[in-house]
Amino acid sequence: MIHSLFLINCSGDIFLEKHWKSVVSQSVCDYFFEAQEKAADVENVPPVISTPHHYLISIYRDKLFFVSVIQTEVPPLFVIEFLHRVADTFQDYFGECSEAAIKDNVVIVYELLEEMLDNGFPLATESNILKELIKPPTILRSVVNSITGSSNVGDTLPTGQLSNIPWRRAGVKYTNNEAYFDVVEEIDAIIDKSGSTVFAEIQGVIDACIKLSGMPDLSLSFMNPRLLDDVSFHPCIRFKRWESERVLSFIPPDGNFRLISYRVSSQNLVAIPVYVKHSISFKENSSCGRFDITIGPKQNMGKTIEGITVTVHMPKVVLNMNLTTTQGSYTFDPVTKVLTWDVGKITPQKLPSLKGLVNLQSGAPKPEENPSLNIQFKIQQLAISGLKVNRLDMYGEKYKPFKGVKYVTKAGKFQVRT
Amino acid sequence: MTDSKYFTTTKKGEIFELKAELNSDKKEKKKEAVKKVIASMTVGKDVSALFPDVVNCMQTDNLELKKLVYLYLMNYAKSQPDMAIMAVNTFVKDCEDPNPLIRALAVRTMGCIRVDKITEYLCEPLRKCLKDEDPYVRKTAAVCVAKLHDINAQLVEDQGFLDTLKDLISDSNPMVVANAVAALSEIAESHPSSNLLDLNPQSINKLLTALNECTEWGQIFILDCLANYTPKDDREAQSICERVTPRLSHANSAVVLSAVKVLMKFMEMLSKDLDYYGTLLKKLAPPLVTLLSAEPELQYVALRNINLIVQKRPEILKHEMKVFFVKYNDPIYVKLEKLDIMIRLASQANIAQVLAELKEYATEVDVDFVRKAVRAIGRCAIKVEQSAERCVSTLLDLIQTKVNYVVQEAIVVIKDIFRKYPNKYESVIATLCENLDSLDEPEARAAMIWIVGEYAERIDNADELLESFLEGFHDESTQVQLQLLTGIVKLFLKKPTETQELVQQVLSLATQDSDNPDLRDRGYIYWRLLSTDPVAAKEVVLAEKPLISEETDLIEPTLLDELICYIGTLASVYHKPPMSGPPLTTSSVQMGAVDLLGGGLDSLVCHGCPLDDIGGTNFVAPPTAAVPASLGAPIGSGLSDLFDLTSGVGTLSGSYVAPKAVWLPAMKAKGLEISGTFTRQVGSISMDLQLTNKALQVMTDFAIQFNRNSFGLAPAAPLQVHAPLSPNQTVEISLPLSTVGSVMKMEPLNNLQVAVKNNIDVFYFSTLYPLHILFVEDGKMDRQMFLATWKDIPNENEAQFQIRDCPLNAEAVSSKLQSSNIFTVAKRNVEGQDMLYQSLKLTNGIWVLAELRIQPGNPSCTVRAPAPTLRPWSLPFVPCQGVVLVEDAVQASLQAWLEPESVRSLKRTFLESFHIHPVRLPR
Repeated sequence: MIHSLFLINCSGDIFLEKHWKSVVSQSVCDYFFEAQEKAADVENVPPVISTPHHYLISIYRDKLFFVSVIQTEVPPLFVIEFLHRVADTFQDYFGECSEAAIKDNVVIVYELLEEMLDNGFPLATESNILKELIKPPTILRSVVNSITGSSNVGDTLPTGQLSNIPWRRAGVKYTNNEAYFDVVEEIDAIIDKSGSTVFAEIQGVIDACIKLSGMPDLSLSFMNPRLLDDVSFHPCIRFKRWESERVLSFIPPDGNFRLISYRVSSQNLVAIPVYVKHSISFKENSSCGRFDITIGPKQNMGKTIEGITVTVHMPKVVLNMNLTTTQGSYTFDPVTKVLTWDVGKITPQKLPSLKGLVNLQSGAPKPEENPSLNIQFKIQQLAISGLKVNRLDMYGEKYKPFKGVKYVTKAGKFQVRT
Repeated sequence: MTDSKYFTTTKKGEIFELKAELNSDKKEKKKEAVKKVIASMTVGKDVSALFPDVVNCMQTDNLELKKLVYLYLMNYAKSQPDMAIMAVNTFVKDCEDPNPLIRALAVRTMGCIRVDKITEYLCEPLRKCLKDEDPYVRKTAAVCVAKLHDINAQLVEDQGFLDTLKDLISDSNPMVVANAVAALSEIAESHPSSNLLDLNPQSINKLLTALNECTEWGQIFILDCLANYTPKDDREAQSICERVTPRLSHANSAVVLSAVKVLMKFMEMLSKDLDYYGTLLKKLAPPLVTLLSAEPELQYVALRNINLIVQKRPEILKHEMKVFFVKYNDPIYVKLEKLDIMIRLASQANIAQVLAELKEYATEVDVDFVRKAVRAIGRCAIKVEQSAERCVSTLLDLIQTKVNYVVQEAIVVIKDIFRKYPNKYESVIATLCENLDSLDEPEARAAMIWIVGEYAERIDNADELLESFLEGFHDESTQVQLQLLTGIVKLFLKKPTETQELVQQVLSLATQDSDNPDLRDRGYIYWRLLSTDPVAAKEVVLAEKPLISEETDLIEPTLLDELICYIGTLASVYHKPPMSGPPLTTSSVQMGAVDLLGGGLDSLVCHGCPLDDIGGTNFVAPPTAAVPASLGAPIGSGLSDLFDLTSGVGTLSGSYVAPKAVWLPAMKAKGLEISGTFTRQVGSISMDLQLTNKALQVMTDFAIQFNRNSFGLAPAAPLQVHAPLSPNQTVEISLPLSTVGSVMKMEPLNNLQVAVKNNIDVFYFSTLYPLHILFVEDGKMDRQMFLATWKDIPNENEAQFQIRDCPLNAEAVSSKLQSSNIFTVAKRNVEGQDMLYQSLKLTNGIWVLAELRIQPGNPSCTVRAPAPTLRPWSLPFVPCQGVVLVEDAVQASLQAWLEPESVRSLKRTFLESFHIHPVRLPR
């Protein structure tokens, strides 16, 4: 099971360590640093590293490495999932998962880690159970604590710990009872040079924010549940009900949580809301090239596409770029060779474009690789898969909750090859 | 107000200041001080000097302070064991606290204090907590057993905690069940042989029920445990699968993968015609694909596992090729894995898409990735025959880019394509030759040289091309040198007239100016071949090469099956089975639990290596290497056959001696061949060995050792090989054996595992010895005793068999048997049939009684072994070291005596005594 955890920042300082069994010396991280050096890029450090006596399993989140030390056979996915859960918990408690936040709250961090794992076995990882055990820091609470001398550690057993619904605590009370659902869909796509789709799929999630008193029992049904053939559920969902009736029936956790995530597979046709016209060329034996891209709406279901940014990793020999844009603004970082074009909204009357000259290192050969364009965008009030919530019913409680559903479509890993 | 202030006190007197604060009267100040101590601890500073002061703060009703002190204790108790004892009282008291949170906290913390003295005090509170009314405490206590076991395994067993833990599997609370399973699994891992998780249909049912209700982590433990179970039939397998399938939709990817493991494993048991089988296959695809949309680290582990799954059951993901297309911003470790899977999934149906993608990847920035993409195109060509042409043209396009590493990689794979499709794509050779000068990597140079040599007759200036490489011969890597040598010899055989000088040059470079033994040896072989028999040389060097197949990069099926059982584990990430347990793959080398001389594993692993080197990438070697091998083998074995005959004939007097059989073939023992047999003469057993050195080096330092065996056979003297054994020499040795060695029941009973060591390595083999070498000379039982015993032997201790085609009369039978120490106690004639009553005694004191009924030409035999209750009676005769040992041996052989194998073996003895050679023994 998980033996120890080291938190390491980008400059390679180990700024926190926690051991659940015997103490493992920091020097074990040298193997990690070695791998990191070899990988060159922080994102390319392999997640599983073997050393003579241990395995190191790590994740990279928010510019931090969470490196765990393993001594016996253990499912690596288990460890990686757990590490992400730790990072999520920090995010949840401190608003951000950063070195500064962790150092500012080091004692809470330590208490949390102790609570999350016992002898390497996960103990309590549900956010609402943890919050009953260890209260998150707030300015008000720390002031109150310092005056009254009370502590931020709960001294009763969390109610959810052992019930059949460990995700919900008892005795929840709200004056305004509300249930909101966000249907968020991301399009992952690879578009080839000619504009045809090589690969596209939709990764969707339904995030819920539930503030309901008591023990509400909810049923969420869809207009077109057949779209959902590959779904991962929050443990609260009754699987049998879904199998037989295609209805999401559940007693929700309190607060924010991810209800389901789903994938609309590449077999179905995925609508691609934008197109890019591009012409990027480098002349043989001359130190310049041309760059010209135009972006326009395609299958956008009549909604406005907004928040468009285009990111291009230009080849190494590119020195600088002199471009003009009809809309938005662009930056080119000559060190990382990243061109970022912040476009904004598309208005169909006048399509945004960015064109101009590329200056190359003189004497260098013409770059072989063609840069890929990474596109970000957002469409409000649309789930591109066509998924629609039909109705939400509540049983078990008498009050009338306020209900709402929001849809949004975004670009995920949306890449256009040139 | 943040905790960062705790980090600011890095001045010299820090420890001193903290000490003062810890001993302050004010609660608040105390707590702040403990927090500072913890903060220092987290960054790895040594604050162990404050131990007594911190422990003093433990007696408090403030839970936060208590937890903080516990944190500190866990970290430092090991270094201050005496001080840690001070904390015991508080722990014991806390274990009685009315608040379950405190009880659980206390038992949990105590388990983390890895000090022997504390563990003694822990037992009582732990026992109570394991039976606590509150499930939260019980589940914490379950984990504590695992902790304690890690510190002191004996204590846990003595205190009976393991049984309590097993009981918890039936607990009413699913979380308790999950933790008990987790704890038991962890304990079982350190005791692989123990049967802690005794899974049966009842306990499986309990686990499946708990599976639905426990936390995600608990589900992982339970699923991993389920995967170790073997259902008794396909119906049980199906019903488990049905109950596990919903886990595939879990949000936690580790749960999903563990469920996939269970399903993949149990699917083996389902019939493919079953509707359910098809349904299950369909259900497996979506969750696997979903894993690929998770964080990159999860993707990586998932991909490594998918790599195994697509090799085992390609049908699951055959339609999902597109999800493995590489995205521009995937981390490199994900890209490389995806590429691998793309090739595995490539088929005629999707090859166009795959090729288009691969071509795209070949223009990316990352060099490693580009190389692998180019290589992948070659693998596609080899895998999907219809696409070969397209692949070759794609590779030619890539060569046109003139990007150095792309060109080199392309040439390496084109060489493989030539091997797979001979005489098909040679038109591209001209294009390849244009790039000769840009090749700077050994592998690419070697590939190019191979191509030139192989197709020398079609390349006009082949001699010039090869000559150009020859100039810097000594600066080339071995790979290139070997290839160049072979290439030029091929060229010479094809165009002998104009290349005489060139071949002389390379042969002298390889044999005279090189210190590399491989190169030199190969040079000499060619030289001799060419000078003695050019026709033979042609046959050898230009022999038809076996076709390359796409299977070369697949995992070997048995290993794959094993790895499928390890889906989701570290083993699956590395594609190697876990380290425990040596790989027992070869049938002749069967080792028991004891590795006699150590190094058993190495000798097993090493066999394959030289062959792999030859047969793998460097494929010019096989024809040449085949020559010496085929020369040596037949002559050697013929000789030993001859010896076998003579020795078999020579010792026919006395008890029957089987001809020598080859126990250890030379192939498996780096040239040492061992054959042998067993004899018994006047009360002494010996093992007659014949050692033959078929290697090219002298063998010395022989030694022999036996594994424990059923009758305690052991060498009575060291293996005496007086002079070093030079190549092709044979020695015969008679090794006296005793029966005073350690006893362990073997399967079959007369199995003997032997280890032989020499200066080269240690070798293992196993052989079956004839039982009659164990029949002692005083095996004639007193008549009265015989009568009494015969009657007392229960029927279940009886076995019968018939011996056919035995042309002997009663006297002859009796005397033949006597020479094998099977004695006739009495003889009578009933209704024209001779009845012989025989007795024999084994070295370990067991008597076997037999009744032989001889009809003319058809003797039948009833064998009876005394029941275990008669054991004391046989004890006094036993020549053995200690009573315990004797009892073990007696027990073992008595139980085994009536097994078919033993009866067969006894029958064999009878037959052999009559010198009837059984071709195949009837059952």
